[in-house]
Amino acid sequence: MEVQTPSTLFQTGILSPPVTTGSLEAFVGNTPLVLLRRVTAHLPAAVQVFAKAEWFNPGGSIKDRPALNILRVALAEGKLGKGKRLLDSTSGNMGIAYATFGAALGIPVTLVVPANASPERIAILKALGAELILSDPSEGSDGAIRIARQLAVEYPERYYYANQYDNPANWQAHYCTTGPEIFHQTRGCVTHLVAGLGTSGTLIGAGRYLREVSSKVQLVAVQPSSPFHGLEGLKHMPTAIRPGIFDESLIDLTIPVETEEAYQMVRRLAKEEGLFVGISAGAAAVGAIRVAERLESGVVVTIFPDAGYKYLSEKALWGFQDPVSS
Amino acid sequence: MAIIRIPTPLRPYTNGQSELTVAGETVGQVLENLVQQYPALRTHIFNENGELRPFVNLFIGENNVNDLQGVATPVEDNDRILLIPSIAGG
Repeated sequence: MEVQTPSTLFQTGILSPPVTTGSLEAFVGNTPLVLLRRVTAHLPAAVQVFAKAEWFNPGGSIKDRPALNILRVALAEGKLGKGKRLLDSTSGNMGIAYATFGAALGIPVTLVVPANASPERIAILKALGAELILSDPSEGSDGAIRIARQLAVEYPERYYYANQYDNPANWQAHYCTTGPEIFHQTRGCVTHLVAGLGTSGTLIGAGRYLREVSSKVQLVAVQPSSPFHGLEGLKHMPTAIRPGIFDESLIDLTIPVETEEAYQMVRRLAKEEGLFVGISAGAAAVGAIRVAERLESGVVVTIFPDAGYKYLSEKALWGFQDPVSS
Repeated sequence: MAIIRIPTPLRPYTNGQSELTVAGETVGQVLENLVQQYPALRTHIFNENGELRPFVNLFIGENNVNDLQGVATPVEDNDRILLIPSIAGG
């Protein structure tokens, strides 16, 4: 795979020091790295597991990083502006990030979303002013991708097709922000990066950076154990449309996670760590702890992509029927 | 006989078929008959105790069967049952 230097991204300024005052975009990244304590109590003292708390981003998820970078690169290259609409398919979080910064920067956004996206996500997207095209829920994310591709071909004057699965600005955002943040926050001691695979942008981008600065870092992918699963946002790569940015050669280990164990971990993280996170964070924690259990010493970093708010309607996840009355 | 729509990730286990006509008077009976016809589907839909796995969402028309009577929800002839996957990737 040809790897291009993400110079455009540096020029557009996403890699910036922490700020306290500024435009919305200035608050993307520089998220906290939280030490897990109680769910890791069985591990040796010399093994630490940290989670990157990505819901601290303004749009509420890790997707702020790639969405903002994709927008900035497209603007810098003249592919957006003059009313042209940003078009992409999304399971929700990337769409929320596009819609957030689209609203802030005055760029109209059109999203193809499977019709079974949670009502919370659809409501957020509408509130942010995005135009939604709902795709057949039986066809899943791949069905949404196919519709977005078709629209991009049919209406090239109307849309800029951002194509998060194949757009190098996706992984480059993590190469320039997530990776360096992890390295500095662990004072260069990170030994393992464990992340779920959706577009694969997080693991490929942050992992590529960490490999360059520390060849010892192991890169571990978490993915659903089977093609039919409840790990929203994560892809079962062997049976899905393979993202163009996915570079399997970088990955040292892939850990399959069952939906049920991720659900259980989501509940534990809330009750035992005070971390109210989403389903993919639960899966990432399962993978990170599984890696940590094999170590005598090490610093394992994982990524918690979002908070639990958007999953409150998933009754089976929380173990109660009605979040209000139960 | 109900018509059950199979989502893309499960079609490898139904010889590629996207819709199947299956007998049963309740949602649970339809699913049981379905997995008897296509045994490779069983572990994807039911756990080892024979219960529906927690992420399996079933709809009759616009209605989630969890908001009806669950697997005891009656099924009429030609009802369309949708088996819905979660949303993957990005």
